[in-house]
Amino acid sequence: MSGNPVMSAPVVETPLQRFLAEMLEDRIAVGALMVFAALVGVAVLAPFITPQNPYDLAQVDVLDARLPPGTLASAGFTLVLGSDGTGRDLYSAILYGLRISLSVGALSGVIAMITGASLGLVAAYVGGWVEATIMRIVDLQLSLPAVLVALILVAVLGKGVDKIILALVIVQWAYYARTVRASALVERRKEYVDAALCLDLSPGRILFRHILPNCLAPLIVVGTVQTAHAIALEATLSFLGVGLPQTEPSLGVLIANGFQYMLSGRYWISFFPGIALLVTIVSINLVGDRLRDVLNPRLKR
Amino acid sequence: MTPTLDIAGLSTHFFTRDGIAKAVDGVSFSIAPGEVLGLVGESGSGKSVTGFSIMGLVDQPGRIVAGAIRFKGEDMVGADAQRLRSLRGNRIAMVFQDPMMTLNPVLRIGEQMTEAIAAHSKATKSETEARARDALGAVGIASPEERLAAYPHHLSGGMRQRVAIAIALINAPDLLIADEPTTALDVTIQGQILSVVQRLVARSHTALLWITHDLSVVAGLADRIAVMYAGRIVEQAAVDDLLTRPRHPYTAGLLASLPERAAHGGRLASIPGMAPSLLHRPQGCAFRSRCGLARPECGNAMIADRQEGDRRFACLHPLADPARQVM
Amino acid sequence: MEATPLLAAERIDKRFERRLDFAGRLAARLGAALGNETVHALDGVSLAVMRGEVLGVVGESGCGKSTLGRILAGIMPASGGRILWQGADRDRLTGTERRSVKLAVQMVFQDPASSLNPRMRVADIIGEAPLVHGQVTRAELGDYIDTILRDVGLDPAMKQRYPHQFSGGQRQRIGIARALAVRPQCIIADEAVAALDVSIRAQIINLFDELRQKRDLTYLFISHDLGIVRFIADRVVVMYLGRVVESAPTSALFAAPNHPYTIALLAGAPRLEDRKRAFAAIEGEIPSPLNPPRGCHFHPRCPHVMARCREEAPRLSEIAPGRLSACHLNQA
Ligand SMILES: Nc1ncnc2c1ncn2[C@@H]1O[C@H](COP(=O)(O)OP(=O)(O)OP(=O)(O)O)[C@@H](O)[C@H]1O
Ligand SMILES: Nc1ncnc2c1ncn2[C@@H]1O[C@H](COP(=O)(O)OP(=O)(O)OP(=O)(O)O)[C@@H](O)[C@H]1O
Ligand code: SF4
Ligand SMILES: [Mg+2]
Ligand SMILES: [Mg+2]
Repeated sequence: MSGNPVMSAPVVETPLQRFLAEMLEDRIAVGALMVFAALVGVAVLAPFITPQNPYDLAQVDVLDARLPPGTLASAGFTLVLGSDGTGRDLYSAILYGLRISLSVGALSGVIAMITGASLGLVAAYVGGWVEATIMRIVDLQLSLPAVLVALILVAVLGKGVDKIILALVIVQWAYYARTVRASALVERRKEYVDAALCLDLSPGRILFRHILPNCLAPLIVVGTVQTAHAIALEATLSFLGVGLPQTEPSLGVLIANGFQYMLSGRYWISFFPGIALLVTIVSINLVGDRLRDVLNPRLKR
Repeated sequence: MTPTLDIAGLSTHFFTRDGIAKAVDGVSFSIAPGEVLGLVGESGSGKSVTGFSIMGLVDQPGRIVAGAIRFKGEDMVGADAQRLRSLRGNRIAMVFQDPMMTLNPVLRIGEQMTEAIAAHSKATKSETEARARDALGAVGIASPEERLAAYPHHLSGGMRQRVAIAIALINAPDLLIADEPTTALDVTIQGQILSVVQRLVARSHTALLWITHDLSVVAGLADRIAVMYAGRIVEQAAVDDLLTRPRHPYTAGLLASLPERAAHGGRLASIPGMAPSLLHRPQGCAFRSRCGLARPECGNAMIADRQEGDRRFACLHPLADPARQVM
Repeated sequence: MEATPLLAAERIDKRFERRLDFAGRLAARLGAALGNETVHALDGVSLAVMRGEVLGVVGESGCGKSTLGRILAGIMPASGGRILWQGADRDRLTGTERRSVKLAVQMVFQDPASSLNPRMRVADIIGEAPLVHGQVTRAELGDYIDTILRDVGLDPAMKQRYPHQFSGGQRQRIGIARALAVRPQCIIADEAVAALDVSIRAQIINLFDELRQKRDLTYLFISHDLGIVRFIADRVVVMYLGRVVESAPTSALFAAPNHPYTIALLAGAPRLEDRKRAFAAIEGEIPSPLNPPRGCHFHPRCPHVMARCREEAPRLSEIAPGRLSACHLNQA
């Protein structure tokens, strides 16, 4: 063994440490991440930090309807952001709406990601007519305007949180499938996959244990962008009146409800939910942009 | 006679987020007209950065922090960008390992070649075209007429590299820096390229810096060899002196680990360990931890170069020079 | 009576189809001169690896060395021909026999950066296959990995690290350890030291040699570096454009190459002994494997070309005991 000295490796920071360090270099992204975390925080904590449960009709007083910000409600608390057309406290309604918007976005994003990623992986690995079929459907899906498809789906499926999520998944899985297939095709050519084949590992193991973890970076980037997209899409559908029901208003529903009062000067009913939606989407997109810069190996040396 | 290229104490450092990488750290050498210097070293030892520094092509986060580069006596470190541009591609040319660093994928070969000629001389269109054709013929490309109309992706790797070399040679530069241009190519194509370059050096007295990690190539091509290790030149001497009587232990170790010199079925003498990271280069001799002759004083301070006739090396305990002991 | 080779290829063919995409097919319909392109990467390649020997495979880029290695390793199917393992057709085997034969041939790859999965720890890279195939139990796994790591000259304490935390030479050791972990009998090394620095290269070559003695291994050593092949191989196979053109014991081949291509290859290789030599080149370009020349593939570049060479492909035939060459000059 004399010619083969046992060697020690240089100590390098782990990929995660490096990722975090680079992520934190961008002030804007850090700010956006903090804003987003705060939004998630208040959405989760909504029942404990709002003066009113806007879903509980017993707590809502119609006489409080359309009061401007700062007025005292009949229940005794201040309507910080005013109240809407049915007398709900807007502050409470926005936090609860945020809850719904975020969970619809996240849930549809996760389901679409799992479906799309699996189909993309299979397409890249199997090839042939399986790949051709999957990718033609993806092309078709991506060539149609998302809002239109979602509108038609919701019209057919009907209202309800589950229906909306299903519609969003159908609209969005194709993005994930395309992304994963593209990077899986690159990974497949690498020698570590040949080594796994040589070691007689099963296709399932090679696909999900070896190739998939190496496709995660682009998947995460697309995931953030698409989640922002899903939230916006849900708001659009709700705004158009085909999304979530009035009884459980998401941000889109709140904006729609206030829209008719816009011209009469009661701007706050639409304005504050609109701001909440905007801040949510922009913060997710800013984080997504930074993720793309940090995770994209082509931009590095 | 003034040397074509004279470098003294060149240091190029990269200021990265992980620290300062001293890619080139106090490198000195010179090349006379018509002379071939082989610059040899392991991956990451700073060979390419040396070449880039001469060309004035070091990019952020890198910077030449010290030293002088003189081209025919003219200072290049302080020269303004315009002067450098007019020298590059005309009096000084560089060939890269990847020919696509020279070639533009969306322009025809002919356009790129005529552009290179027109940028530095006032010749008529037919003259330039004739020169381009001749240049392609000179690098052994059959039917140059057809190739002039081709795009780079129509050509094989070896052909692309020869086109890149033809472009580098087209203005008969005084200094040619070749950064491993044949490493990715087959033996038979490598021979072709080497013969072209050899002819150029002989004909137009071009000074040639041939960068490679393959000692066998420079053995047959170069007049002198400089061995680089972790950003410094550890030994430079005439080819025969260096290859047959190395004085620096790293040069000796490198030569001993070549399978060409070993008997079949035996063991190769290998240098233990690996090159240090340029970010945390140890004090003193960077080769110390792998060197069989190292003593404590090797780690004390930067090892100064020692000059012995035509040979220069940086080692406190060099191998014996048999030629000198006889005397 | 000759012994049965450990691993043998019998007239292996490999064609890669480059199918036209939709736009191409459309253009072809409209009359453009486009068709499915076929790369004939291997054209009737036969060779035999005897137990315990090191067989070197040399040849220019694109001549099919890697393709041959991958087919022998069972990563890629051949388009024609048979692979024999100890005389038995490998494709006919089933069940546990198929698996044990497959594991018996392992591969070590060229690129230390892409041949290890960047998301897996060294312990998993090495331990996964033996565990999945039941060669070791989970309880024994830790010690098993440690032993292999020590065999390839790595500190077992580093097994929880990721590949990027190692240098190129160390990564190549990990790749070797991964192959050794399933207790193979034959290792196919495809340019396994080409990406390494000279001083590291010697360490790895020594490691290969050491492991061969210790573990009774047989090697197929693919390389374009004649110096390395000369040092490590007992026998050498020279390939040109998808065909074997010469095969001989190493010393015989380097002392007296027979095929004109081998002669040119040896003459062109730079040597440490050269001083100010005049470089020359074989005339002509390397033909494209998309449309290889008729007859002898080497004829457009061969200094001895005859009329017959342009028409008829020379057969690989014995020119001396243990030496094969495919050139019409030998029949003349
Ligand atoms: N853009 C850069 N940013 C940071 N460091 C760099 C950069 N370019 C080069 N370096 C550093 O300079 C060192 C020397 O690099 P160089 O390319 O000169 O090596 P080389 O000797 O040409 O190696 P090779 O044989 O692999 O081409 C590298 O180890 C690297 O750390
Ligand atoms: N998957 C593939 N699809 C299409 N063509 C291929 C594929 N793999 C290899 N080829 C072609 O087959 C021929 C032989 O390739 P191979 O990789 O076996 O050559 P090689 O001798 O290993 O070359 P190198 O020294 O460059 O590694 C080449 O022309 C190559 O372009
Ligand atoms: S068969 Fe003919 S062309 Fe081929 S190598 Fe022999 S002499 Fe040359
Ligand atoms: Mg370099
Ligand atoms: Mg290959």
